[in-house]
Amino acid sequence: MIPTAIGGISVTVVFGLMAWVVTSAEQWPRIKLQFFNIDAMIAAFPRVLQGFWVNMQVWLTVLACVLVWALVLAVVRSLRAPWFAPFRLMVVIYIDIFRGVPALLLVLLFGFGIPALNLPGLPNSGLFWGAVAMVLSYAAYVAEIYRSGIDAVHEGQRAAAKSLGLSEWQTLRYAILPQALRNVVPALMNIVVALQKDVALLSVIGVRDAVREAQIYTATTFNYSSLIVAAGLFLLATIPMARLADYLTRRDRERRLQIAG
Amino acid sequence: MIDIDTVTKYFGEKLVLDRVSLRIAPHEVVCLIGASGSGKSTLLRCVNRLVAHDYGTIRLDGVAVDDPRFGKTGLQKRVAIVFQSYNLFAHMNVLDNITLAPRRVHGQSRAEAEDRGRDVLARFGMAGFAASYPEQLSGGQQQRVAIARALMTRPDVLLLDEITAALDPELVGEVLAIIRGLKDDGMTMMIVTHEMGFARDCADRVAFLDGGVILEQDTPDRLFGTPQEPRTKAFLQRIIASGRL
Repeated sequence: MIPTAIGGISVTVVFGLMAWVVTSAEQWPRIKLQFFNIDAMIAAFPRVLQGFWVNMQVWLTVLACVLVWALVLAVVRSLRAPWFAPFRLMVVIYIDIFRGVPALLLVLLFGFGIPALNLPGLPNSGLFWGAVAMVLSYAAYVAEIYRSGIDAVHEGQRAAAKSLGLSEWQTLRYAILPQALRNVVPALMNIVVALQKDVALLSVIGVRDAVREAQIYTATTFNYSSLIVAAGLFLLATIPMARLADYLTRRDRERRLQIAG
Repeated sequence: MIDIDTVTKYFGEKLVLDRVSLRIAPHEVVCLIGASGSGKSTLLRCVNRLVAHDYGTIRLDGVAVDDPRFGKTGLQKRVAIVFQSYNLFAHMNVLDNITLAPRRVHGQSRAEAEDRGRDVLARFGMAGFAASYPEQLSGGQQQRVAIARALMTRPDVLLLDEITAALDPELVGEVLAIIRGLKDDGMTMMIVTHEMGFARDCADRVAFLDGGVILEQDTPDRLFGTPQEPRTKAFLQRIIASGRL
């Protein structure tokens, strides 16, 4: 009871002091006008929100594609049959390239570059190709997470499956992957949160997402409050996801402790 | 039944099996004993090709275990193995664990596989645990499920790889009782074990491995009573000194 009270008072005092220092600074009124202008925020809100809806749609679509494509990569990389060597090598090269090149560069390259080619039979929208770039980039990371989960499954599980006559594919499908995927949920959740805000990278190729809409407002009014609105919307989405990630990580640790105990 | 003929196996540069020969007749129970690293587990795993041997031949009823006639799963159907650490699939319940191979490898229907699965579980006193997950079971119970899983395809040969080594002492008995029951049913078995008392009263023959070589093999009475090789004597004396014989 008393420690809680001390904690509460301490938080109030420290945060109060910080707020006082900031708001009593000479520059504060100008900062407030530029960044925290309520009227500007209200004026920008509808369009930024509309843009944010685009962000969330792109996020979910890209996420679904990443989870599937990365699984394909990870499975190919973990198949051990000798004749699979060239495909394993292709995945290794893929991961090296797409993990080594900045996502922003990929978005520019795909989002501006490919539509300019006017390829027949393929979509021509920057949004589509920008999203493809995000999928390719993120899948490289997620494939490595999957692979760590596959490698973490005890070798005895493979031996058991093999001794029962399961083929390599059946071993992965029925014995290894279900356990591997459960192992990597916490690590994947961090990727989910990171992707949730990184989809804003698509604003650089003209996709009218929250950031783009906020920039458009800023360009016409020279007031940055719209960007703060966009930031607030991203926080509203990412903080609950981060808490969910923490919760899943904790639950996973407890499950492991139970098994070990 | 099983004819192991001058089998040699290297792990990298290390020689783990050095021209090992051993024959096991139908319904015979052969125990492999020896210190850790003597090659006994590797020999066992060569028989069902979990490990591929480098030289020599291993035949099952006259057909080499690497013969294409066995196809992809023929050998595994006839030769089953049980491991020291059970190796049950952690994400599946008991019934799914034991019916996985019959359904996915041998093409049985779910109903058919589960009927047999329940019979086998009942035989080992595990009927009430069909829906339990491995982590909810004791070591002895898990090992009984692992034995049930190995027997689902009605194999002709059962390989047991130190199946009591990971168990608490009070749970060893329940697992060994099952093995005695299988012997009474006429199952052919190769057993790697550190339980000398069990080897003594369950084996038809005991083989002592040392440095990848079978130094001596004989009936349990003779091998434990009047060992011929100095190294066998030394090994058995160490076991007696530790109170395990």
